[in-house]
Formats: sequence, structure tokens, C-alpha cells
Amino acid sequence: MKAIISVIGQDRLGVIAKVSGKLFEMNINIEDISQTIMQNYFTMIMMVDTSKSGLSFTEMAEEMEKLGKEIGMDIRMQSESIFNAMHKI
Amino acid sequence: MLSKDEILETISMISSQHLDVRTITMGISLLDCIGDTARETCERVYKKITDKAKNLVKVGNDIQSEFGVPIVNKRISVTPVSLITARTGGSIEVAKTLDKCAEEVGVDFIGGYSALVQKGMTDFEREFLYTIPQALACTSKMCSSVNVASTKTGINMDAVKIMGEIIKETSYLTREQGSIGCAKFVVFANAVEDNPFMAGAFHGVGEADVVINVGVSGPGVVKVALEQIKDGDLTQVAETVKKVAYKITRVGQLVAQEASKRLNANFGIIDLSLAPTPVMGDSVGHILEEMGLECVGAYGTTACLALLNDAVKKGGIMASSHVGGLSGAFIPVSEDIGMINAVNKGCLKLEKLEAMTAICSVGLDMVAVGGDTPADVLSAMIADECAIGVVNNKTTAVRVIPVYGKNSGSVNFGGLLGTAPIMPINTASPSKFISRGGRIPAPVWANKN
Repeated sequence: MKAIISVIGQDRLGVIAKVSGKLFEMNINIEDISQTIMQNYFTMIMMVDTSKSGLSFTEMAEEMEKLGKEIGMDIRMQSESIFNAMHKI
Repeated sequence: MLSKDEILETISMISSQHLDVRTITMGISLLDCIGDTARETCERVYKKITDKAKNLVKVGNDIQSEFGVPIVNKRISVTPVSLITARTGGSIEVAKTLDKCAEEVGVDFIGGYSALVQKGMTDFEREFLYTIPQALACTSKMCSSVNVASTKTGINMDAVKIMGEIIKETSYLTREQGSIGCAKFVVFANAVEDNPFMAGAFHGVGEADVVINVGVSGPGVVKVALEQIKDGDLTQVAETVKKVAYKITRVGQLVAQEASKRLNANFGIIDLSLAPTPVMGDSVGHILEEMGLECVGAYGTTACLALLNDAVKKGGIMASSHVGGLSGAFIPVSEDIGMINAVNKGCLKLEKLEAMTAICSVGLDMVAVGGDTPADVLSAMIADECAIGVVNNKTTAVRVIPVYGKNSGSVNFGGLLGTAPIMPINTASPSKFISRGGRIPAPVWANKN
């Protein structure tokens, strides 16, 4: 399944390393990544492929949310389909 | 390829503008549960509901986690109970069984302790109506509704008279909890068979065995979108609402399709209603104020609501393959912080609310009135709402709470039901009118065949 991971919060050292490290642990492949600073907030969006991970989506999403709490960022992992439903006709 | 802006727009709708799916409601037919005795019926009802809905909450939670969009309630609606117990009686036992099922499968509400008496009543149905107060008092998650009028049949004023009496009785029997039983009971004109929203959800006899209906929400998203066009004219306002409604409904459609597939049920409908909650930033009243009113209730309120209701429908209809239910803007007083504030300021009065019900999706909803309001006044309020629905060929409803022992101030029901300010009413008596009984004939344009 394709999923979108968004990471939003105060910019700090090592955010990408932490997030990509966690994804590697869960065998999730990063297909696209972009980052920017918006209104003083660090905003990173990743498109990932979860098909090789043995974990359920809920487990993966919970792991990412937990990591977000650890590093003080808001991390969400959502199925790509909600974005497609909303923005593509 | 999705753009970054699109992704961030969706995230912001969910994280700061209260976009949510209000409810996934599973409709379950109980027609095959009618037994030779009430006990047998209860056993079959329990078995069927706990089997068909056993995964409803889990599937709802899984979808919430995958899409990252909150699904606030999971609910069940069933075939009107008056049809299930007509042969054996035992309606109260069925009510208790429904409540037990809701507890067992972990849903928030179960609806369908209902009767459809828009034209006439059997002796049993009359008896059934009088069981409603007790059924509401001895259950906690069960909701009840009665359809007393339709455009095709006119208004059954004998049933309307009874409605006032049973609302009073329900108010008394649940007096320890602020008369909360009345918040779980709604009287309809032109009731729909696939409504996912409570208290009026029931599973119509024209429906399939198991159906998923989804109610979306998102007044906060509409308000934020309108904040971006402060100087736009009303055509731009309507266009903006349409676009937002489209996006909100697409989420509902996605959730409904996934839920139906995973629960092995038919996809029924998406209900496009903008349903408010009592929290800040989730108010239909505030959308109307964003359009340019100082306060909901001001002159212009009805026009703003008409624009909103129509634009929500136009945007939503393209986004879903099946639109149904009530589909419009809800104006429940206690569940909307903008409406509560307007009532407390003295700006929004019952008469204006009644006008608003002529063009919005439901009716006088979650309106608290003094506990000493006579039953015939409640019946007359219902008759007026029915007249609006019947003549305008739309659904209208009354969910009114005469708060036992209180005639001013407010009452807090907690959760989604919110806080209801007790509204002053016109005290002139409609007693003679209500005691006449009989039927108000269907309007001339009901004769279309």
C-alpha cells in the first residue's frame, strides 16, 4: 500500500535520520521525499510503499506517532487513498 | 501526482478544522427475526445484530487509523420495532435487547425503536407509541423515532397529539438526567429510510439486509474556507462551499466503500449533512456568521442557510455515487456553540429557528423548553414542523426537550449532545386545535400521479 507520511514541527537536527531510520526498521520503502520550512515550521512529506512490511497499517501508524512524540514533532501516516479521493476527480 | 499543497490541505482539514466522519451506521433488517413469542424474537434479534455488527467498531477504528480521519461514532439502525413486535408484543423486551446488543458490539447508539404512522395507526401501533417513554428510560444507547406525516398522506393529528404526551412522559421518567430521554427521541414528517444520524435512524423496509450508510461532517472546514474570501460576493461564497463539500464528501465516500467491503455489507448512501459538535470551530452557526451576519438569528439568517444548504448538496452530489439520508445543514441548538451563543444573547428565537427549518435538512433539533410546557403545546410545535415538511416536500423533525423541573437556564447532556439553553416559548394555548384529532389532508401537489 502507498502511504503519505507528514512530519511537521520545530526544525531540529536529525529529523530525517530518525524518521528514515524508523521506516528502515519497519521495512518501509521511501519513494519520494520533500521538505520545506513553512511559517517557521519544518514540514516534510514522504511517499512510502508499505507492501514489504509485515506490520499492520495501524501498527505502522502507531510507531510513527510514537516517534513523533519522542522527537517533539507531529508525525502522521495515512493511506494515499484519502488524498487521492479528495483531490483527484 | 499529489502536490504538497494538496497533502497539507487535507492534513490541516483533519488536524485543525475538525474534519471528521461523524458516523458509520450499519442498517440491519430484523424482518427475519420475528418469532412466535417475544422471547424468541429477542433471541433472534440479539443473534443477528451481534453477528452482523461484530466487526463494525474494529473496522471503523482500522479505517480511522489508515486514512488518519477521525470516525466519531459507529452506530446501528434496525427495522422499526413496531413491525417486529406487532404479532407477539414485548416491545420493551426488544428495546432492552437492542441496548444489550449495542453494549456488546461497542457501538455508540442503536436506532429503530420506531413506528411509521403517517396515515393511520393499528391498535398495536397506538399501544407501541405509549411504550416509548419507558423504553427510553430503561435503555441508554437506544434511540426512538416516529413518522407522523408525509407529503403523500398529510398529517396524522391523532399521532401528533400522542407525541406531545409521550415527550412529557419521557421527560418525567428521565428527570434525573436532565430529561435526556427526549434527546433520544425524534418526531418526523417525511422520514427517510436510510438516515445514518441519530436519534432518527431506522432501517427502512425497502432496504437490503445489511447496509452501510455514512454521515460526514465538517462545518469547521467550510468556515475556514470562507475566511479566505472575506470580500467575495455571494456567488463566490456558494462556489467555495461547493468545492469544500465535494472534498468532504469524497472522504465519506471512500470510508463508506471501504467499510461496506470489509463488513460484507451493501453500500447504502452518503449523508451530506454538515453536522456540528459543541466544540469551538465546528459550528454551522459560525459559518452563517462568517457569511456576514453579526449573530445567527439576525435577518438574513434564513437566506444564508438556504445558500449553505444548497451549495453543500451541489458539491456533495458529484462526489458520491449515492447520496441520501437527510443531506443538508443541521441546526441542532445544543450541539452547536454558535447557536448556543446566539440563543443566550437573545438573538436566536424559536420563531426564527422554525423559519430556518423550512430550508435546512431537519427541523427543530435539540431545543430545550421549560419543563412545564403543556403536552398540547409540544404537539402543536410538532404539527407546525410537519406542515412545513409536508407542504415543502422535505423531511422535517422535532427533537424537543421539556426539561423536567426547570423553566430557565440550561441543561448539559454531555458529549455530542452538548448544552441546551432553555428557550422561551409562546404560551397561547393550541389545546382545542390539538384535541380535534383526525388528519390534515395531503396538499394538492401530493396528487402527482
